[in-house]
Amino acid sequence: MALPLGLDIALAHLLHRRRQTLVSLLGVSLGVAFFIGISAMMQGFQKDFIARIIDVQPNIIVKDEVRSAPRQPVERLYPDAAVELRGLKPREEVRGIRGARNMLASLEEMPGVHVAPALSGNLLLRFGGKDVSVNVTGIDPPRERRVTHLEKDLLSGSLDALYTTSNAVILGEGVAAKAGIRTGDLISAVSPVGVMMKLKVVGIFRSNITLMDNFEVYVLLKKAQILANRPNVINRLNIRLDDVEQAAPLAAAIERQYGYRSESWQEQSKNVLGIFVIQNAIMYSTVSAILIVACFGIFNVISTVVFEKTRDIGILKSMGFRDKDIRRIFVMEGLMVGVLGTLIGWLMGWGLIEFMASLKFNMEGFVKAEGFILYRTPLHYVISAAMAIVSATLAAWIPARRASRLNPVDIVRGAG
Amino acid sequence: MTAAIEARSLSRELTGPVPVTLVRDIDLVVEPGEFVAITGPSGSGKSSLLYLLGLLDRPTGGEVLVRGEPTAALTPDQLAAIRLARIGFVFQFHFLLPEFSCLANVEIPIRRLGRLSAAQARDRAAGLLDSLELADHRKKLPEQLSGGQRQRVAIARALANDPPLILADEPTGNLDTRTAHLVFELFGTLAREQGRSIVVVTHDTELAHLADRRVHLVDGRIVP
Repeated sequence: MALPLGLDIALAHLLHRRRQTLVSLLGVSLGVAFFIGISAMMQGFQKDFIARIIDVQPNIIVKDEVRSAPRQPVERLYPDAAVELRGLKPREEVRGIRGARNMLASLEEMPGVHVAPALSGNLLLRFGGKDVSVNVTGIDPPRERRVTHLEKDLLSGSLDALYTTSNAVILGEGVAAKAGIRTGDLISAVSPVGVMMKLKVVGIFRSNITLMDNFEVYVLLKKAQILANRPNVINRLNIRLDDVEQAAPLAAAIERQYGYRSESWQEQSKNVLGIFVIQNAIMYSTVSAILIVACFGIFNVISTVVFEKTRDIGILKSMGFRDKDIRRIFVMEGLMVGVLGTLIGWLMGWGLIEFMASLKFNMEGFVKAEGFILYRTPLHYVISAAMAIVSATLAAWIPARRASRLNPVDIVRGAG
Repeated sequence: MTAAIEARSLSRELTGPVPVTLVRDIDLVVEPGEFVAITGPSGSGKSSLLYLLGLLDRPTGGEVLVRGEPTAALTPDQLAAIRLARIGFVFQFHFLLPEFSCLANVEIPIRRLGRLSAAQARDRAAGLLDSLELADHRKKLPEQLSGGQRQRVAIARALANDPPLILADEPTGNLDTRTAHLVFELFGTLAREQGRSIVVVTHDTELAHLADRRVHLVDGRIVP
């Protein structure tokens, strides 16, 4: 019984309204638990996805495109004039990165930068009466090894098999599955320019990024150039950095210097990263809604208590309790619900995460996974506690202020 | 000797569409150890005067002096501090906190004042209950007591911080005649033997005769 007096009274009030207190306690707990559980799930998924795209895809892709059409000479000469050009016909450019060899050489000289050239295009694979349209990328295996995870993602075969077998091809798992192709099969391929070739499957890879597994195939750079009928042409430079955070500034620098469109991994995955932002917004508003409902519960209990305990407030004030003493009692009630609810919510949230971790299932969205990918961090516990306790205190503040402003004369007069 | 409490031309008006005067131009001095009964018909302003004397309400005219010190300029918190240490209230309704035992109820003002340790507070509260013949009821909740017992617990609570002034507003209103007599005799004892000043509002003229002095109010004014 060594509790401070205000705490003693606050506790008595809450225990008096046991059922209501329990309900609002549960509301806070659920809010906290869901926040922890959902945050772990969403951030686990998002972090895993970002790690994978950083890992699997090149950090920067330099493409044989320019971002905006070149300005016409007349516009350059009269920058302020209103010029309208009609019947303008763009010149047929030969696609491909011009001076790619030099670019490759100078980029490779930079520390922490690994570059691999590639030629990518479309290809139609034909196997056993099935047509599969894919993206074909011609690669240079020794350089590719340093830039992408392709070699590690191989389920069977090796990158070197591209050299040892003539007309060798490596397929994504999904491509192979679609047409029922297995390693060692011979498939016919037709390129958009009409080159036909028999390709031998020497490897199958699985990156767990659905889009890649279902649409990508790899051949030697030379073969890709033959298929595209563009000898010696490179239309992409894939770059990997030791420090992935440098991707955006370096991409911008390359683009400034060479004029070719350079996309950092953030830009390549812009739409997915954009979806994450929306996902997070939905998650936080859902969890906030749960907490707000819980706060209505707290508001409700404490308002009821204030209403019921008007006489007690009157006598306490007349015997010398100050306004702030009264206010403190009721704010403390909200705080107690907030703190206790948080503790219970932590336990429930922890249980929820462990439960989700124990589930095994196959999921195929942006990425493939065999269960929830969960991100566990004390930060989620801290944030949820802060949100719950702050909102519980705010919810208690309003009735507490009303209680502190009650005039004892109005209460003691005529109560009997 | 300084008066325990003194009212100087005290007035209280309610502002509003129809202004009402509760008390008007009251001059009253209560000496230490004096037992004063305020009587009058209902609506005569007895309770309003008591609340003004008890610093629960602020006058619209005149002033209240506690031990010769003016109170008009004090903040609400300072008034609360005076009520806590120097004034004990007893109301018609006992206003005991229903969740707390009788002992805990008496302890509340002592703990709020915070001059005594927890053990000392407990001893003092127990001693007060014993002196009011409530020793067997320390652990009981207020709802387990009779009306007279509850009112005695309320009186024990009013005495908790050993205040020199006790203000009671119709303390016997809910009690039977015999118990009411006992309560008034108790007030008389507190005044005579412990030197406390007692001001009791009652409409019962017979009980009022147990007091040292009677102040009769009609329409907010003292009449002889």
